[in-house]
Amino acid sequence: MSVMNAPGSAPARSAGRPPSMGGNFSTWANRHRKWLFAAPAMIFVGVLIVFPLAWTLYLSLTDSQGSVRAKTDFIGLENYLTVLTDTERFWPAVGRTLSFTGVALVCEVVLGMGIALLLWRPFRGEKWVRVAILLPLVATPVAVGMMWRLIFDPNIGFANQLLGMVGIPPQPWLSGQDTALGTTIFMDVWQWTPMVVLILLAGLTSLSDEPDEAARVDGANSFQRFFLITLPLMMPTVVVAILLRGIDALKTFDILYATKGKGGGSFHEVETLNVYAYGLSFDYNQYGLSSAVLILFFMIIIGSMWLLTMRKKAVSK
Amino acid sequence: MTVTTPSQTSAAAPQVIRRRRKPLPTRLYKVFRVVALIVVVLFLVAPLFWMLLASFKTNVDIYDTAKALIFSPTGENYANVLQRNNYFIFIFNSFWVAFVSTALSIVLGVPAAYAMSRFTMHRSALVVLMARVIPGVSLLVPWYYVFSNLRMVGKFEVLILSHMFVALPLIVYIMMSYFDSLPLELEESAQVDGLTPIGAFRLITLPLAVSGIATAGILSFIFSWNNFMFALVLSGSNTKTLPVAIFDFVSYASIDWGGLMAAATVVTIPIMIIALFTQKYIVSGLTAGATKG
Repeated sequence: MSVMNAPGSAPARSAGRPPSMGGNFSTWANRHRKWLFAAPAMIFVGVLIVFPLAWTLYLSLTDSQGSVRAKTDFIGLENYLTVLTDTERFWPAVGRTLSFTGVALVCEVVLGMGIALLLWRPFRGEKWVRVAILLPLVATPVAVGMMWRLIFDPNIGFANQLLGMVGIPPQPWLSGQDTALGTTIFMDVWQWTPMVVLILLAGLTSLSDEPDEAARVDGANSFQRFFLITLPLMMPTVVVAILLRGIDALKTFDILYATKGKGGGSFHEVETLNVYAYGLSFDYNQYGLSSAVLILFFMIIIGSMWLLTMRKKAVSK
Repeated sequence: MTVTTPSQTSAAAPQVIRRRRKPLPTRLYKVFRVVALIVVVLFLVAPLFWMLLASFKTNVDIYDTAKALIFSPTGENYANVLQRNNYFIFIFNSFWVAFVSTALSIVLGVPAAYAMSRFTMHRSALVVLMARVIPGVSLLVPWYYVFSNLRMVGKFEVLILSHMFVALPLIVYIMMSYFDSLPLELEESAQVDGLTPIGAFRLITLPLAVSGIATAGILSFIFSWNNFMFALVLSGSNTKTLPVAIFDFVSYASIDWGGLMAAATVVTIPIMIIALFTQKYIVSGLTAGATKG
């Protein structure tokens, strides 16, 4: 994220102190404007984050269940032990979360780079393609999930009708043990590849032409120029795209809930950590256990973000 | 970014001419590109088109393969959604929650982003941006506990508060990179001319930042409109937003596909219309800060 190394804009404290207006408060406000401006937002977010996180941490050490108001006992790390030794639901959920994120990210970045390169140079009808790219991005994820649920319906869905035309037997898509995760990844790719395209396109347009031109003069063909010049120069932007997209992909909930929840059968085939924790909390009221899952999930997210920022720093150097 | 070094200034003139180069020469590539672009556009638009078509079909027609594209359209589903299920209330709820949470987030977020950009408060900014990283579920249990004890679950205030949690970090993130790109000199000279620092912010910087604020506001409205998880837990029957209301068409036994697709279309259309009219803002918001490396 750009916050970490945005161009340093030094404060203009040296500008001559203006003649005071409106008495003491104004002077005080001007002198302390740094925190006066920043504090309200920070306090708002801080209260809504720090307190719940602390509570989640506390809950994860208790046997809280049944009702949020029920009495609880402190049981130490027992929940963590239960969760970490749970090979039936927790570890598969970890695996699904990571493979969902990993596969979706790879597809989105590769496709996104391809599409961004297609759009790089001006062409006729550019406007229409841009509109098409924006549509999935702004579409409501739950509605998108419902839309795919119709298209991938085993009996009436368009996907199977299409397969039928070329003589392939119908697939269970969202209800199949092996196909469900892949199908939801496909949905994620449909909705969020455009985001990667926009970011990479912005990166491409801000590239300087000189290195590419020089390579062209030296007789490099377009593949060589892409892999040896453009791609390395684009790496920082690619990492930003992966970072932004990765955080959201790890937390994916809407599409999974829309396609599987309430009447769509069990979540079992697509149960990621987010869905697992949500179910534990709000369907089974196992607050202690779900808090432990969430703390571990949070650690996974922070860990992967940290790895990526390290990588980003290495790339920028 | 805005500081122009002498070498950049001298290179500026030829850059204008060089910015967009001649397209790649080969005919083959041109053909390939047209085909590829058509495939991309079809891939992105066709599913939405399918949803739109289904929303005008009767449930019998949806089951009929022969009537995939040719059928007699009916407005029955929309009548069902809007009148009998009273979606106008949900549309209002969604709009109200998105609008108020965006407005309040702008009031809190813009000055914060300004201070964070001018005084390079990167660690403070991280606190706000943490909200983007934390999975919403981990906040929902404690929120639910507190708000149900206060008997506030199902009230607009709580929903707006939770949606501000989505909107505020977004606005701070976008506005920080916007303020980073605004020249400091204007403010400085205004201060030399006798304005207080806050006066300079209010009279000089803020008017310059209007298009940035529009970008941040539109994007935050869209994300708030689309948000699902918070409303799923924290809304009541009176404050239900559109994404949650969609599930009224799904029961454990069967799905009213026509109604469901009409409901999905009703949620998506307003936000798409807004997006089409404000395209350039959305794109600049989504790519804010992404290319600075």
